[in-house]
Amino acid sequence: MSPLVLVTAIPLVAVLLSRLPLDRRLPFAVTLVAAAANLVLAVRLALRVVAEHEVVAIRDWVALDGLGATLLLLTTFVATTAALFSGGYVATHERELRRVCSYFTQFNLFVFALVLVPVLAEPALVWIAVEFTAVFSVLLVGFDRSQAALEAAWKYIALMFMGAAIALLGFFLLFWAQDLVGSGAPYSWSGLRAAAPAMPPTLTTAAFLLVLVGFGVKVGLVPMHTWLPDAHSQAPSPVCALLSGVKTTTALYAILRLGSLLPLAAMRSWMPAVGLLSVGVAAFLLLQVRDYKRLFAYSTVEHMGIIVTATGLGVTAGAHGAMLQMINHSLTKSFCFFAAGAALLAVGTREIAAVQGLIRTSPAAGAALLLGALAIGGAPPFAVFLSEFSIFRAGLGARQYVVTGLLVTFVTVAFFGILMHVNRMVFGRPATPVGHDERRLPVTCLMTLVLAAIPVVALGVYEPRWVDALVHLAAADLLPGAPP
Amino acid sequence: MITAWLQDLNALAGGLFLLALFGLVATRQVQGCLRLFVALSALLAASAFLLTAIYGVLDLAVVGTVDVVTKAFLIPRLLRRALHDEVFARREVTQVLNVPTALLGALGLAVAAYLLSQPLLRFTGGGAVASNLPVGIAGLLIGGLTAAVRREAVPLFLGLLAMENAAFFAGIGIAPGMPLLADVAIAFDVLILVFVVGVLTRAVQERTGTTEVGELILLREEGAR
Repeated sequence: MSPLVLVTAIPLVAVLLSRLPLDRRLPFAVTLVAAAANLVLAVRLALRVVAEHEVVAIRDWVALDGLGATLLLLTTFVATTAALFSGGYVATHERELRRVCSYFTQFNLFVFALVLVPVLAEPALVWIAVEFTAVFSVLLVGFDRSQAALEAAWKYIALMFMGAAIALLGFFLLFWAQDLVGSGAPYSWSGLRAAAPAMPPTLTTAAFLLVLVGFGVKVGLVPMHTWLPDAHSQAPSPVCALLSGVKTTTALYAILRLGSLLPLAAMRSWMPAVGLLSVGVAAFLLLQVRDYKRLFAYSTVEHMGIIVTATGLGVTAGAHGAMLQMINHSLTKSFCFFAAGAALLAVGTREIAAVQGLIRTSPAAGAALLLGALAIGGAPPFAVFLSEFSIFRAGLGARQYVVTGLLVTFVTVAFFGILMHVNRMVFGRPATPVGHDERRLPVTCLMTLVLAAIPVVALGVYEPRWVDALVHLAAADLLPGAPP
Repeated sequence: MITAWLQDLNALAGGLFLLALFGLVATRQVQGCLRLFVALSALLAASAFLLTAIYGVLDLAVVGTVDVVTKAFLIPRLLRRALHDEVFARREVTQVLNVPTALLGALGLAVAAYLLSQPLLRFTGGGAVASNLPVGIAGLLIGGLTAAVRREAVPLFLGLLAMENAAFFAGIGIAPGMPLLADVAIAFDVLILVFVVGVLTRAVQERTGTTEVGELILLREEGAR
C-alpha cells in the first residue's frame, strides 16, 4: 500500500478500534499508537519529498509536494501530542466508558480529515476534506455538553458550513476557468498551475475571493473570526491544540494554494489588506480578553493574518517567511493550548483575573504558560521570532514599507498584550495554598508539555537541513516564479 | 430548436428556484420551510437533468439522481428522526428582521447577484450559464440572509443548506465536467453534516429546553462572565 494511502488509513483503523467499549485505556492507547505511527510515516514522506520533490500515489488525485508535506508533518506532530495530552485530560474529566470511547473516536475522525487535506491533489476533494475537518470536530467542540459549549458548537458549525458553501462556488468557478483554457489538463493542483497563466484573471480572482471569504471563516480571518474565541474557550484543551494548531492552517493551506494561481498584482493587492486587518484587529482584541484560552485564540487570528500578509508580499523571501511562520505557529500554538490546559487542570478556572502566582501553585503549568506566551509572542530566541523577523526583512526587501511598518506595530502590540495577561497570571501572590494543586496534573500532560516544547525551543536555535529544504520547496510551491 | 426549448425550461427551473428561496425567507412555519427546501432540491435536480440533455454530459444525470435521493428524500427524514415532531409544528414568531423587511433585503440581494454575475458572464455566449450562475449567486446570498435572520435551529440550518444547493445550481451550469466522484462525495458530506447537526440540535434542546439557537447568548464577549 502506498504510504500516502496508509497515512489516511491509519486514523480510520483507529476510529474503528477506539469504538470498542472494552477498557477505559484502550481508546487512548490506540489513538496514541496510531498518531505516533502516522508521525513516523509523515517524516519518511517528507524526506522522500525533499529528495524527489513529489510523491504520487494516484496521479492527479493523491499526491504530496513540498507544501503538502509540510502541512502533513505539522498535522501528525500536533495529533500525536494532542493524543498524549488527551489521555490525562479524559482520565480526569470523564468517568463513563461510553464517553471516553466517543471522545477518541471523534478525535481520530478529526485527525483523519486533517491528514486527508494535504494528500489530496484534486481541489474539489480538498473542499470536501476541509469541510470534513469541520463536521468531524463540531461534536468535540461541544463535548462538554454545557450550554456554553453547545452554543459554541452551534455557532461553529453554522459559520463553517456557510463558509463552505461560499467556497464551493469558488471551486466551481475555478474549474470553469481552467475549462475555458481548453488544455485538457486534469483538474488538480498541478493541472491548475500549468493552466493558470492562460486562465481569465477575472474568473481566477472571483474564485479566489469566494474561497478567501468561505475558507477565511475556517481560518478565522477578520471579520469572519467570531466562532474562533468561543470554540477555543469551550473545547477541551487538546482539541483546541488541533483546532488552532492545524485546523486553521489546513483551511489556510487551501486559500494559499488558490492564491498561488493569481496574477502577482492581484495577489499583492488583496492578501496584505486582508492579512493586516486580521493582525490589527486581533492585536487590539487581545488586550481586552478576560479568558486565557480566548487570549491564545485571538493570537491565532493574529498569526493567520501574518501568514496571509507575508505571502501577499509577492516575493519568494515572503513566501519562505510565511512557511516558517506556519510551521512555528502550529508547533508553538499547540504548545500554548497544552499549557493553558495544564493551567486549567491546576486552577479550574479560565478567568485571567482569578489566577495569580501560578508559578508557585503549579510550577509546571506556570512555567509552561510563560514559555508559551514568550514563544508565541515572538520573543527571541524562540522560533516565532525568527520567522517574524524574516517576514519583516522580506517586506523591507520588497519595498513594502507601509505594510511592514503596520505589521511590526501590530505584532508588537500583540506581544505586549499576551505578556501583560500571562505575567499577571504567572507571578504575584497565589490565591490558593502553595503546593496544593501540583499533584492534580496527570503524567501524560507533563509528558506532552515536554515533548511539545522541544521543537518550540529547538527550531529557534537550529534548523535541520531537511526541514530547511522542505521549507524552500514549500515556498516554491506557494509562489512559483515570484521575484526573490 | 430542442436545445432552445430545454434552455427555456432550465431558465424556468431557475426562476422557480429563486421563487422558492423567497418563500424560504417568508415562511414562518418550520414544516413549511422544510417543504420549500425539498422543492429547492427538486428544482436543482430538474436543472441537472435538463443540463444533461443540453450539454450531453451523462454525469449530470447521476448528480441529479443523487441530489433527489439525498436532499429531497433522506435529509428531511434524517431531520425528522433526529428531532421531536413538535419542533416542526412550530411557528417562528420573532425573527431578527420582520418578514417584509427580510423579503425586501432578499430582493436587493437578487438584484446584487444579477449585477455581480455580469462580469463573469462575459466568458460565455449565454445559454444555461446565463441562467444558472446569477440564480446560484442569488441563492448563496439569500440563503445566507435566511440563516442570519432566523432564530430557530431548523430554518436557520435550512438556510445554510439552501446556500449549498445554490452553489450547486451555479456549479452544474458552469462546470458540468466536474469529476463525478467530487459531486457525489459532496452529497455524502452534506448527509453527514445533517446527521451531526441533528445530534447537536437535540443536545441543545435537552440542555436548554429550546431549539431557538439564536437566543443562546452566553458567549457574547461582554456577557460571558
